[in-house]
Amino acid sequence: MMLRLTKHAIYDILRNRFVLFYALFLLVITFSLFSLDSDPGKAVLSLLNIVLMVVPLVSIIFTTIYFFNSYEFIELLLSQPIDRKVIFFSEFLAVCLALSVAYGVGVGLPVLLLGGDAGAVYLVGSGLLLTWVFVALAFAASVSTRDKAKGIGVALLFWFYFGLIYDGFMLYIIYSFSDYPMEKLTLALISLNPVDLARMVILLKLDISALMGYTGAFLKDFFGTSLGIVYSLGLLLVWVLIPMVYALRRFLGKDV
Amino acid sequence: MIEVNKVCKRFGKLEVLREVSATFERGKSYAIIGPNGSGKTTLIKSILGMVLPDSGSIHVDSVSIRGHWNYRRQIGYMPQIGRYPDNMKIGQLLRMIRDLRPDATTTDEELIRSLHLEELYQKRMHTLSGGTRQKVSAAISFLFNPSILILDEPTAGLDPLSVETLKEKILKEKEKGKVFLITSHILSDLDELSTDILYIEDGVIRYTNTMVGLKKETGEDKLGRAIAGMMRKDFRLQP
Amino acid sequence: MFTGARLLILLVLAAGPAWARVITVGPSRQVSSLQAAVAAAQAGDTVQVHPGTYREGNILIRKPLYLVGVGYPVIDGEGKYEIFTVAATDVVIRGFRLINTGSASINDIAAIKGLDVQRMKILDNQFEETFFGIHLSNSRQTLIEGNTLRGTSGARAEQDVGNGIHLWKCDHITIRKNTVTSHRDGIYFEFVTRSLVEDNYSHQNLRYGLHFMFSHEDEYHNNIFQNNGSGVAIMYTRGVTMTGNVFEYNQGAAAYALLLKDISDSRIERCQFRNNTVAIYMEGSSRCILQDNGFRENGWALKIQASCDNNTLTRNNFIRNTFDVATNGSLSLNTLTSNYWDKYEGYDINRDGVGDVPFHPVSLYGMIVERMPTAVLLWRSFLVFLLDRAEKVVPAVTPENLKDEKPAMRSYDRG
Repeated sequence: MMLRLTKHAIYDILRNRFVLFYALFLLVITFSLFSLDSDPGKAVLSLLNIVLMVVPLVSIIFTTIYFFNSYEFIELLLSQPIDRKVIFFSEFLAVCLALSVAYGVGVGLPVLLLGGDAGAVYLVGSGLLLTWVFVALAFAASVSTRDKAKGIGVALLFWFYFGLIYDGFMLYIIYSFSDYPMEKLTLALISLNPVDLARMVILLKLDISALMGYTGAFLKDFFGTSLGIVYSLGLLLVWVLIPMVYALRRFLGKDV
Repeated sequence: MIEVNKVCKRFGKLEVLREVSATFERGKSYAIIGPNGSGKTTLIKSILGMVLPDSGSIHVDSVSIRGHWNYRRQIGYMPQIGRYPDNMKIGQLLRMIRDLRPDATTTDEELIRSLHLEELYQKRMHTLSGGTRQKVSAAISFLFNPSILILDEPTAGLDPLSVETLKEKILKEKEKGKVFLITSHILSDLDELSTDILYIEDGVIRYTNTMVGLKKETGEDKLGRAIAGMMRKDFRLQP
Repeated sequence: MFTGARLLILLVLAAGPAWARVITVGPSRQVSSLQAAVAAAQAGDTVQVHPGTYREGNILIRKPLYLVGVGYPVIDGEGKYEIFTVAATDVVIRGFRLINTGSASINDIAAIKGLDVQRMKILDNQFEETFFGIHLSNSRQTLIEGNTLRGTSGARAEQDVGNGIHLWKCDHITIRKNTVTSHRDGIYFEFVTRSLVEDNYSHQNLRYGLHFMFSHEDEYHNNIFQNNGSGVAIMYTRGVTMTGNVFEYNQGAAAYALLLKDISDSRIERCQFRNNTVAIYMEGSSRCILQDNGFRENGWALKIQASCDNNTLTRNNFIRNTFDVATNGSLSLNTLTSNYWDKYEGYDINRDGVGDVPFHPVSLYGMIVERMPTAVLLWRSFLVFLLDRAEKVVPAVTPENLKDEKPAMRSYDRG
């Protein structure tokens, strides 16, 4: 049943063509970055901003709008003999799958084909995880309200918060406590923001030389090992799970 | 058989259902009437599991529906306003719904034919008029030959011909011993279709009776007048 | 056998000083003791040592000798002794495997120590588990070539290990094609002048790959300094010439690929700096020319303190460094021109290969990180991106006069 439903939800997403435009948009950007720059490493760096900002933005807004637009569909499903959990997970899976494929086609494949060093692989991987995180956040925002405008507002706020405000807040903390040793604090702060986590994974590959300058041993012991990568990626998965479970619980007790 | 026992539901500060209890039996057709916002649709949606009651219980064939979904195999639902994915064509929608019910071995496509939906298979849902949507909803509700039919304002927006087609279908299925729960503001329709009546106001069932009993009690012959008479009586009762 | 040896020596002696004689040492030969052979040899003689392990304590050489190992005979210091102590001119030590010297914190025990030597040659030896490898003081015109030096393994603290090639107060020394690892400093100079260091490979030393001070007019060509604890440090020196050296993977909190402290009138050319935390750190340095170098994937390509003046940076490539230039002051008295900066976003309308607007290599965020190192963790965040953009549009904090007036549009191709 889950697969049947997912299939129908994906049909529904594809009918709307936005995902196709998204894939195309990413593809054009990726190709133009790689063709403008002879150094694939630099193109990867330019892509970083896209991956850290545009991908989460599109993921969260698209998912929120999709959720509200499929309200009717969900209503219809709820009157049918189908488990609510199955409905929730099929919708979630469908959006994740559609956006992941769009991202994979738009960024993943061309990057791996054109400049597939380790940094690029991590960039692609963390972008994929970020897509899932922001899909989950969008579901959390959507199930919390019946009002579409409010839902999109909350979703935008999530993006703005994790993408920009949080870092400003972190910079302020770093500034305020610059006289104290604060490796563990900053590590905790980074862990509390999925965008920063994804960024760290990429920094560890692209800017390890600079990171080693900052209390080299601590970061090296932590992030330099594969343990750090596993930690970051694992935590990103937790960042998918927490909003997803929250959204599921809300959805199970939701009146339509 | 559906048993609703002391069901309460509030949306925020608004108490929509207050300790509603009712029993719906096979072979009968229940007219659920009441003013706008009285809780009719909420009651229906509670039975469907779309709205989750705050307290009380609902049993379908003696099994509590809480946390269950299989019981909905026996229910056909026609919503007040049928809303469907905008970009889907009617044909795609019906195909998808069939695909989602692998449990149903036989389907009842009589309404699809008699409401002439096949000719509209290529139309997208967002291009449809309210009446056509209602037709689609009606066709879907009868599609899997359910033993319980819950119809929320089934005739609203339908053209007179289709109303008659739908009524005939309802009467035909009623003969087969199915349970019908019908809400409507068009009392003349209910007059023909119902055997029993529930009157809800402010989330409370104010009155239940058989259609025959009601008419006898009020001495009226038409449901509309009978209701009016019942309401007057009701008002007189209240100081 | 003893008489045999004596007879041999007599025979050798009888041959007279007219030509150098060869004394052969080996476990199964007439002379089995290296000490005895050295004692018996006369100035200019050759002592040929055959394979075997020789445990003979400290061997003191006070006359010109050719000590030649055949098939790398092992001279074992047994963890107690200095192996060769040379206090003579024209000594050659070649083809030995020198292992297990003693170690001490008060005196510098070495595998080969030269005191006041001249025209010495240390060639093709293997050093292992030595405290100091080669230690020369007050010496001149000496060649150190083709040696492999490995210090104490497993040592973690700097004081537990000595330097690989340690020179104090020397002149005209050539150090060529040696490999030094696991020492405190790979190559250490103090008061060493007019010397040449080339084609050496110094890696994984605990402190510096190369460390010198007060060592004027020396030249360093085509050496590789890799993965040393703190990179390379040169201090209080003038007239240094460095060309074609490679500095890479020197990473850590206090790691500089090349630390220049009070260096003047020097040239650093055609060097490659890759994957270092800080490629070049300059402090109190004047009139240095840095040109045709490549800086790639370093944390900071150049940290130039305000105490530096009249230095010139031209035709260098700056590619994929986290930060290109950082400084602690607002005023800069140095010249940057015609470098290639991959972060340059200017245009070149007349297509002469030179950007039409100057490049400011110091970023706002780079300056923030200078003050709050922790802030590096926010690098590449959208916030930082916005800050740097804003600063580019309305420069407020970054030093206005620290700029490259003629940034190259394309990187310099150097094979």
